[in-house]
Amino acid sequence: MLIEGRTGSWEIVVGLEVHAQVISNAKLFSGSSTAFGGEPNTQVSLVDAAMPGMLPVINEKCVEQAVRTGLGLNAQINLVSVFDRKNYFYADLPQGYQISQFQQPIVGEGVVTVDMPDGSVKEIGIERLHLEQDAGKSIHDQHPSQSYIDLNRSGVALMEIVSKPDMRSPDEAAAYLTKLRAIVRYLGTCDGNMAEGSMRADVNVSVRKPGDAFGTRCEIKNVNSIRFVKQAIEIEARRQIEIIEDGGSIDQETRLFDPNKGETRPMRSKEEAHDYRYFPDPDLLPLVLPESLVAEIKASLPELPDEKKARFIDHYGLRPYDAAVLVAEQEKAAFFEEVVGTADGKPKRDPKMCANYVTGDLFAALNKAGKEITESPISAEQLGGLIDLIADDTISGRIAKQVFEDMLESGKDAAIIVEEKGLKQVTDTGAIDAEIDKVITANQDKVEQYKGGKDKLFGFFVGQVMKATGGKANPAMVNEMLRKKLDG
Amino acid sequence: MSTFDKATVARMATLARLKLDDDELDHFAGELSQILTWVEQLSELDTDQVEPMTSGVAGEGLRWRADHVDDGNCQDKVLGNAPEAAQGFYCVPKVVE
Repeated sequence: MLIEGRTGSWEIVVGLEVHAQVISNAKLFSGSSTAFGGEPNTQVSLVDAAMPGMLPVINEKCVEQAVRTGLGLNAQINLVSVFDRKNYFYADLPQGYQISQFQQPIVGEGVVTVDMPDGSVKEIGIERLHLEQDAGKSIHDQHPSQSYIDLNRSGVALMEIVSKPDMRSPDEAAAYLTKLRAIVRYLGTCDGNMAEGSMRADVNVSVRKPGDAFGTRCEIKNVNSIRFVKQAIEIEARRQIEIIEDGGSIDQETRLFDPNKGETRPMRSKEEAHDYRYFPDPDLLPLVLPESLVAEIKASLPELPDEKKARFIDHYGLRPYDAAVLVAEQEKAAFFEEVVGTADGKPKRDPKMCANYVTGDLFAALNKAGKEITESPISAEQLGGLIDLIADDTISGRIAKQVFEDMLESGKDAAIIVEEKGLKQVTDTGAIDAEIDKVITANQDKVEQYKGGKDKLFGFFVGQVMKATGGKANPAMVNEMLRKKLDG
Repeated sequence: MSTFDKATVARMATLARLKLDDDELDHFAGELSQILTWVEQLSELDTDQVEPMTSGVAGEGLRWRADHVDDGNCQDKVLGNAPEAAQGFYCVPKVVE
């Protein structure tokens, strides 16, 4: 995507640093709980509170989760990695440093394939993934002159996933985040919940004339939704273009995005705060992974979104776009597969029709009701039942929409609704013939006009016959028989 | 020989949140320079073929713990040394961005 400025086109360059909270019971270096929403400072051990003499001991689950994520990102796993101290002072960081990984992260370069809305794909490079501790939480609105500190988050394991500056538009950044979230959810390594803060993004944005070297970047901190990431990139890029076109230059700085005002602004200058003086943590030996553990984790990986998408296209003949929509969440993909069903190793129902119903009518209805696929008022089996009735010509596609609405409301099976409401399609030629004759007799003037060349009136006759049969006549048969009568 | 000038010592003091007056800056600039000079003897050794060692303990690496919740739930203890606490929180002078 290029943005037009006064001096020509500009290209946006985006890289993302995503903090993803690791799913584990206990914290990265202590035995306290990671559960969300506990009473303040109850999930804090003396290690987390940084009492003198307390020593960190690494949680094996967090290590495994980082490796698992690295494998899911097609990345290099470093069998030896090192924990460093990142030094800074803040009230919610009791140690005075964050234990992180600087020069030797646990995961190196990888690649994520992202799905663009037009069905195309693009590869985004991963620079690294490292493990680090989360900080505590500061609450500023409880007291006029004090901040309140809760250390329940302090020491919870985070994975920082750093992309290469490979994205060129807000949409690509959104697609990358969406894919990354899908991957960690499939892997079960992070719940991907941006609203609760278990996944958040720092967005690096710069602009350049196409073909030029990278421009100076600004980092927008802690953006907590995909929509805001898109907005922040767009707004920040325009700000930078404006400055450069006015003859100014961009200062490399950290900024905040204010969605209410629709602007980014610099964070209060912390002067030397960025001098983190990293050094290897003397409390922790290098983290050494047995190759067997990496192999074991690799063998236990689930079918990931890209593999599933390829299978959906290959096995079910779906369009890439529909396949991408379905595999975005494991639960959606599973629902679709249940609707299709299998018989003798082959799809039991028409996969394309199933995909249309799932991604179209059902997703629209769920969206409207604000429900997840797991809360669908129509089960996969029930939806399959509806599709069976269309496939064997018991009801027309049009009546099916009506039955679908009814199913949403009542939760009843399609066959029961069709039976109760007498919605069975009329395929009796005699009955349809009689209705056609009535319509023709009642509309002689239109018949003349039609024969005189007003072809468009054909649709009118079809409509009248369908209306007369309460929509239950088989539309294909009505078409065919009308043609014979009117044209023959 | 490396030396610390006063400006560097002042910067380090700021990063460490230490308040030093002018005389102290001079004093520490001298002391720190001496320490650095002493440590610099190490650079006389040829370490080209030596892997960096970040720990004095030899062995296989870190010990791991199982993912069990077996600690925490000691709000009284962790708040015990806090100069001020309220409603289960530590209270500190207001820090707002």
